[in-house]
Amino acid sequence: MSATIKKFLYLNRKAPYGTIYAWESLEVVLIGAAFDQDVSLAFVDDGVYQLTKGQDTTGIGMKNFSPTYAALGDYDVKKIFVEKESLEERGLTLDDLQHLTWEDEDEDYAEKDSIALVSRAEMAALMGESDIVFSF
Amino acid sequence: MPIEVNGKAFETDEEGYLANINDWEPGVAEVMSKEDDLELTDEHWDIINFLREYYEEYQIAPAVRVLTKAVGKKMGKDKGNSKYLYGLFPYGPAKQACRYAGLPKPTGCV
Repeated sequence: MSATIKKFLYLNRKAPYGTIYAWESLEVVLIGAAFDQDVSLAFVDDGVYQLTKGQDTTGIGMKNFSPTYAALGDYDVKKIFVEKESLEERGLTLDDLQHLTWEDEDEDYAEKDSIALVSRAEMAALMGESDIVFSF
Repeated sequence: MPIEVNGKAFETDEEGYLANINDWEPGVAEVMSKEDDLELTDEHWDIINFLREYYEEYQIAPAVRVLTKAVGKKMGKDKGNSKYLYGLFPYGPAKQACRYAGLPKPTGCV
């Protein structure tokens, strides 16, 4: 078996509900996490709404998968990049987003932040250095 | 094919997973395990209840690797390994424990 580790970037650009893209992306990430690759998630444009707190889907009759993002740490997905400009353009700050963490088993399950704010230029660089970009 | 628990019919999918997680009651696990010739002990119930709590919190059934790690954290390393979990559920924690718990098939389980 090849031990080549590739850099995967899952790029999320759409609001969580209204289309199936956000949920499909999350499912692919969770399934793909079993393959021990270098996984990063990126949230840009309306995709930043996927991580906002306090979602309630009762009115639209769809499953609220917002809590599932908190499981990403369990799946060893520790690199979640949110574009600063996308947040600002929508009047959002980091405080409007869920606080996503992962637990470092080697440090007595210490909680570490998963979300990093990056600029548009840094986001472009991230895409450039990834081997595979999945765009949702 | 629906399964019958205490005179009530429960809808299942083609792989035997409960169609609606909210229908679940402990009797579902009892009936399903009997069909597999497995007697449920407290150790089995610990895992089944843990899975239900995990689903309640995250809205997904965890992959086996994730379950193993989480059980290890909550119940100790001696239980957080696949040998222990497969000892309890010979067909696999996903195929048996999740099904008994009324959860859908784990995301990432093929």
